[in-house]
Amino acid sequence: MFRAPFAFRLLAAALCLLAGVFAPIAVSAQDNTSQIRELIAAMPDASLRELEEIVSSLAATGNTDVVPVLEALGEGDLYFNEETGDVVIVTRNRMYDPVTEEEIAPVGETDLSRIRVNNGLRRDIDATIGGMTLMADDPQTRISAARTMGASPDEENIPLLDEALAAETDPAVRTAMENARAVTILGMPDATLEQKRQAVPIVSRTSGGAAIVTLRSALNEDTPEELRADIESAIAGLEQERAFWQAAQNVWFGLSLGSVLLLAAIGLAITFGVMGVINMAHGEMVMLGAYTTYVVQETIRQNSPELFDYSLAIALPLAFLVTALIGVAIERGIIRWLYGRALETLLATWGLSLILQQTVRSIFGPTNRQVGNPSWMSGSFDFYGLSITYSRMWIVVFAIVVFAALLVVLNRTSLGLQMRAVTQNRRMASAMGIRTPFVDAMTFGLGSGIAGLAGVALSQIDNVSPNLGQGYIIDSFMVVVFGGVGNLWGTLVGALTLGIANKFLEPYAGAVLGKILILVFIILFIQRRPRGLFALKGRAVDA
Amino acid sequence: MITQALFRALDKKAIWVVAILLVIALAVPAANLLIPPGSPGHVPNYLVTLFGKYLTYAMLALALDLVWGYCGILSLGHGAFFALGGYAMGMYLMRQIGDRGVYGDPVLPDFMVFLNYSELPWFWQGMDQFWFAMLMVVLVPGLLAFVFGWFAFRSRVTGVYLSIITQAMTYALLLAFFRNDMGFGGNNGLTDFKDILGQPITATTTRASLFAATAIALALSVFICSMIVNSKLGKVMIAVRDAESRARFLGYRVEYVKLFAFVVSAVIAGIAGALYVPQVGIINPGEFAPANSIEVVIWTAVGGRGTIIGPIIGAIIVNMGKSYFTGALPELWLFALGGLFVFVTLFLPKGIVGLIGQWRGYSEWRNRPAPPSDGAPSGEAHASDLAERGENTKTVTRAPQPKPAE
Repeated sequence: MFRAPFAFRLLAAALCLLAGVFAPIAVSAQDNTSQIRELIAAMPDASLRELEEIVSSLAATGNTDVVPVLEALGEGDLYFNEETGDVVIVTRNRMYDPVTEEEIAPVGETDLSRIRVNNGLRRDIDATIGGMTLMADDPQTRISAARTMGASPDEENIPLLDEALAAETDPAVRTAMENARAVTILGMPDATLEQKRQAVPIVSRTSGGAAIVTLRSALNEDTPEELRADIESAIAGLEQERAFWQAAQNVWFGLSLGSVLLLAAIGLAITFGVMGVINMAHGEMVMLGAYTTYVVQETIRQNSPELFDYSLAIALPLAFLVTALIGVAIERGIIRWLYGRALETLLATWGLSLILQQTVRSIFGPTNRQVGNPSWMSGSFDFYGLSITYSRMWIVVFAIVVFAALLVVLNRTSLGLQMRAVTQNRRMASAMGIRTPFVDAMTFGLGSGIAGLAGVALSQIDNVSPNLGQGYIIDSFMVVVFGGVGNLWGTLVGALTLGIANKFLEPYAGAVLGKILILVFIILFIQRRPRGLFALKGRAVDA
Repeated sequence: MITQALFRALDKKAIWVVAILLVIALAVPAANLLIPPGSPGHVPNYLVTLFGKYLTYAMLALALDLVWGYCGILSLGHGAFFALGGYAMGMYLMRQIGDRGVYGDPVLPDFMVFLNYSELPWFWQGMDQFWFAMLMVVLVPGLLAFVFGWFAFRSRVTGVYLSIITQAMTYALLLAFFRNDMGFGGNNGLTDFKDILGQPITATTTRASLFAATAIALALSVFICSMIVNSKLGKVMIAVRDAESRARFLGYRVEYVKLFAFVVSAVIAGIAGALYVPQVGIINPGEFAPANSIEVVIWTAVGGRGTIIGPIIGAIIVNMGKSYFTGALPELWLFALGGLFVFVTLFLPKGIVGLIGQWRGYSEWRNRPAPPSDGAPSGEAHASDLAERGENTKTVTRAPQPKPAE
């Protein structure tokens, strides 16, 4: 083996270091700067073999400051000045001292020559850096070093890992290191059966596809029987776990879709519940909310781009106001004349939706408009096995907030009290002095305003085009019809049920067929409960 | 009894409508084929096809009127029956292409070759026979309407809820027909037709015959609808429309009355679709779009629901307007259509036909010797509007009030 002596030497050096200087590495690091300088200064004249020794000696100092130097050497960024013999690191835009990292006045490129390395040395350097970073002060660095070793297993790393493990106290880092070690052992042809059997449970501790792949690749014809049984049971366990996370992911996607449906449908449910009016222009209110966001963002882009992260906060009240005002205008102007004629209201509001769509198309053009994500809404994070995008997460949160706020409005304000009274018995409420026309206008305004809020949220995940609303209107109807209009909880349950059911059907039936199945399900469901899940209880007789 | 029904159907204005349609069925093809181009009175080919299309739309509107105007069921999914009939006809026409397709397969239509089908799916079997295809044109929409109506009416799904689930039905079909593996050509639909009954489909004579067939089919539909609404069953239908619970408590099986009207209406819509496809030369899933079905409702509303002639007039006028606007001022068409929806529901609850009736009633009222104290014609129209919704007529004098969802 070409590299084995080197590894042992490194090990020996590191052991000496550990045994001799039983002080924190950081302290000892202070003392050997001059030694590092000497070693680096020797680099320009060294042959490849000598360079290899220098690298291992640098590593043996145990000072993590040498990592950038080694990296630069591996990547070919380490140069020396032919006249003075000074070693410098040259990156694309600056030139600096390898030890102090101070900038050096640039010299002409002709004076510099690169310290040459070959592939063998480069591998040595990588392993050394891995070993060095395993000892780094920052736990994150140590974890990522261990992960790197796990991702490209090499039996050379085993002693490094063993040694690092012996010193490691941080449990997270230990886990990563043990995992890297186990993965390496499983892939080693000459590891003993016992070692391998011990490695299997360690590998399977980390969930996810990578562990399954590692375990699978450890299986071959020569695998001894006991080991095979171990590995297979581990794989089975992992796949079960993966199925669980798959289901969790479906639930999450379903929640996300459900919250979008909830936002789109809840305003519809209010107007339908209180006034018996199906507002076919509801989708267009959503669309107008999204366009309000667009206008706000454009204004901010042109005037004060630093406010961009607050654009949604500015857009929310504006969208609510714009759509609520339009809603009140529609109620006062058109719907008021059609009360008691629910089917005609449906037609008139459909006509309105066409007009609103065409208006927006004439003003903003038929193409999609660009609405950006503020920084806090872009990107994603990992939650165990789930990758959760921030935009989806905030929309779920937003839907819950809107729902809660609406509950408060309905249950804790006088307007809510009046709305509930009018829903239950319009004539009696009127006799008690409630101005029912005012309540109707306010209800319609509230429903439309919430649609506007939904539009702000949807602008973050969907294309902002004049057809935005149409994509949601039928789904919103389904939610309202399914959940019933008795109370808001019906809408919540309806939206989440439909969202989650949709996402669970998708893997089996495909997105389109899944949606068709949901529609068929709702059509059948309506036969059983013609007034939805949460129907208003009462003795109201329909004609 | 049948003769009685016939006479009853043909009295009043229906006989005029039928007669005019029959005359059109003869006159337009004659004017197209016999009068040479350029001479006065010649009807150009494109107009024959265009008006043929309008007449199929009129049939669809009439079908909707039968359930909405006479039975109070606002279906927002009638486009589905129309499209299903159209697809049945389209399948027949596809099979007639034979080996003249791009891929030259003697049995499989082009899109199936393209999608690597090895044999015809079972539901395409027999569609090369005209009689079988025509049977399907009637059966498929009828059966769907029967099953759908059976469930919906028995569990007393009414009003807005029914409208929304009919919309869900056509939306589900839209999504389904967009799928390539449904075996109906995916989003391209069925097109490139060559022959119908052995005649080249683009030939002038074929076009004229199709026009005549459409006009005759419309006349027959008018006749059948008139027969139904003038019969005792028709009276029950109107009773169901005006006061469903009362009709039920009087002992009528409301759900069967509704089911009958719904199925007949779906069959008429299916036939209209079957006549539509050979004239426009394509059928695709877009016909299932909920927006299309809602547009049919506005044709009916503009013409005047609850009348036989109204939906025919409405469909023709609105579609002529659409042809004009989408050609001349495409930007304005949606404004015009949307405005029409609002205007008609607000100011013309009985449509154009109702307006004429109102106007006539008004002139009669003006010519009366002594003005009655409460006989304002608008009030009368108002009362019948309210009655249509099944509201207690005692509430007529009050201003309209919102009614919460049941």
